Amino acid sequence: MSEIGLNHFLVVSTLLFSMGIYAIVTRKNAIMVLMGVELILNSANINFIAFTRYGNFGLQGHLIALFVIVLAAAEAAIALAIVLNIYKTLATVNVDEVDSLKD
Amino acid sequence: MTENVLINISLLILFLPLLGFVVTLLLGKKIKSIYLFEVTVLTATLILSILVAFFKLSYFIDSKIITEIEWFRLSDTISIKLGFLIDNITVLMLFVVALISALVHYFSIAYMKGDERYNRYFAYLGIFTFSMNGIVLTHNILMMYIFWELVGLSSYLLIGFWFEKKSASDAGKKAFIVNRVGDLGMFAGILILYLTYNTFSFDQIFNSIAAGKLPFNSDFWLSITGILLFMGAIGKSAQFPLHVWLPDAMEGPTPVSALIHAATMVAAGVYLTIRIFGLLTADAMMFIAIIGMLSAFIPATIALTQNDIKKVLAYSTVSQLGYMIMALGVGAYKFAFFHLVTHAFFKACLFLGSGSVIHAMHHEQDIRNMGGLRKKLPLTYATFLISSLAISGIPLTSGFLSKDGILASSYAFGSLTGYWIFPAVGFFVALLTAFYMFRLVIITFHGEPRDQHKYEHAKESPFVMAMPLAVLAILSVFIFYTPNPFNADQGWFFSKWINSPTLSAPNETRFDFMKSENVVPNNSTHGEITYSEVYTEAMHAAHFPAMILSLIMAITGILVAFVFYQWKKVNVEKLTNAVKPLYTFSLNKWYFDELYDKTFVAGTIGLSRLLGWFDLKIIDGAVNGAATLTRIFSSFIGAFDNIVVDGIVNLSAYMSGFIGLIFRRIQTGKVQTYLVLVIFSLIILLFLFKF
Repeated sequence: MSEIGLNHFLVVSTLLFSMGIYAIVTRKNAIMVLMGVELILNSANINFIAFTRYGNFGLQGHLIALFVIVLAAAEAAIALAIVLNIYKTLATVNVDEVDSLKD
Repeated sequence: MTENVLINISLLILFLPLLGFVVTLLLGKKIKSIYLFEVTVLTATLILSILVAFFKLSYFIDSKIITEIEWFRLSDTISIKLGFLIDNITVLMLFVVALISALVHYFSIAYMKGDERYNRYFAYLGIFTFSMNGIVLTHNILMMYIFWELVGLSSYLLIGFWFEKKSASDAGKKAFIVNRVGDLGMFAGILILYLTYNTFSFDQIFNSIAAGKLPFNSDFWLSITGILLFMGAIGKSAQFPLHVWLPDAMEGPTPVSALIHAATMVAAGVYLTIRIFGLLTADAMMFIAIIGMLSAFIPATIALTQNDIKKVLAYSTVSQLGYMIMALGVGAYKFAFFHLVTHAFFKACLFLGSGSVIHAMHHEQDIRNMGGLRKKLPLTYATFLISSLAISGIPLTSGFLSKDGILASSYAFGSLTGYWIFPAVGFFVALLTAFYMFRLVIITFHGEPRDQHKYEHAKESPFVMAMPLAVLAILSVFIFYTPNPFNADQGWFFSKWINSPTLSAPNETRFDFMKSENVVPNNSTHGEITYSEVYTEAMHAAHFPAMILSLIMAITGILVAFVFYQWKKVNVEKLTNAVKPLYTFSLNKWYFDELYDKTFVAGTIGLSRLLGWFDLKIIDGAVNGAATLTRIFSSFIGAFDNIVVDGIVNLSAYMSGFIGLIFRRIQTGKVQTYLVLVIFSLIILLFLFKF
């Protein structure tokens, strides 16, 4: 068993990213889609941290990770507000039923 | 008083009548008495022209004032100029025009009273005076041509003044069209001059001719040019064969006949010939003399039998103008102008006198209905008689001096060149003139009244009509022209005012007596001042016999008239029956009108018909054919448009629609589908860029 290195982190982040994409594309519930988005953001965070740890970039990665967490919180707040509004207007949170862009 | 002042006054003289015309025409309908403005303006013009004549003849007697401004410029070489030429002839002519025009204005105040277009009549008189002054003042032939047409226009307007009458409007048209014939020649002459000399100015043209430059480098073309220019005079001065318009022009109001068709406008032709005299060659002068002779003779024979008082005077006008033209043809330049002036006065007096008679007789013009008017119209009779004596050439009158001068010159011409036909005809016409004038006087004023009713109502004309008659009659007396009633040469007219012309036609093209071998050429004017010694001698020799002969002729003519009509010693009816063919020939005016109707008028109408037919059948056919062809062609194009072009357009539209139909399926409106597409595309791109 070798020492845990950069590659392990990247694999985890890739898995997280793929799961996020999967969630976004397949889930019908908008809340689930949002959770997918959170997963993608967190996979990006892992990448930042990993590169800071193993690369020679100083503390920028840490800072951006913190920044992304803050951003994710804001995004979640706005997105949830949008979802609530969609529910209010269309009485559903299923994204495949929200297709008024079609025509 | 400098030359500039003279020029400025001349400008005023030219434009004042135009102002009168514009104001009178524009305000004529609103202000009833606006004609007084026109009359005032003309009076001012008269005073100014007296001023100009006085100062020119007293202080600038020898100078020839020329001033010009550029009108417009077409290129560096083509520059059209306007300008004045003021010499003694100009100022005398200005005075004659202004005086007669002013007198006719006064006369018309009473004569035209009650006419519905009273103000317009005065406006027309104004534009006529303006145009006539333009002809007189101009220094170049182009400007003269412009004013020439303007007098033609005003003459047309005034002849047809009573256009409700068909004969009047016809006469106006006839005058206008007949004049065009002559003007065509004049225009051709002007073009030749401009082509050759690149200028319209008289003095520059004369200088170039004197320097040896000729049209197309030949004497022949110089003669042709002279004759072409003279054609304008044939038309305007009603010379044979274009004299037919003048008698018809008597349809206009009588004062107009006095002003335009007796004294001034018809003299414009003579004035033109005087202006171009310097370039006339012997051939051209011969042509002019022959035209003048025929014009003096033919109308004189016609006047013998006419019964319309104005027609007699009209034919006598043509005849007298013929005298002037003949005088120019035989080289009697000074006498031609002298006769122009004297004739203007006594003929205007005769016409105004006839106007007075017609007015008194309530528009009766036939002398067979008159008679005995002497008692009713004493002043008219007196002035008419004086003028008749003048036109007949009785001593102590102006007409005697000028006519005698012309006859003596033609006599001298005959003795120098052997063409005795000119003096012979001249003397014979003098006899005819005296006869028909006194026939007119006797039938109109003497004897018993033939129309008692009209006679009873006739009364002498008011002051404004009588005054012009008196002035003109007084001006027919010799004393205004020379102190010696038998020899005009001693008068101021010839000794001081009018010089012999400067000739510029090449020496070899002139008559022998006009050649300048013995005279030292004057370099500044490129010519000499007088004719040869021979001519002076011939004139001296001719003076006495010509005077005696013309006197005999005039007295014979008058006596015959008295014998025929006053004392009735000869039965005139029997006499006319004896020479019936001649009488009808004369009464019908030598059938000139019929001849022209049959030839030129009918020819023109025939030609027009032919052209009309050509237009209708050939041109219209061609146009219609072209139209049909175009229509067929268009329907082809239309079909092509509808089927091919529209087909392509519709097909592309359909194709777009079809493609759209396919691709619209991709657009589901579901964000997730788009996202899948994005991710797949991204993966594909990643692979592409990686490898």
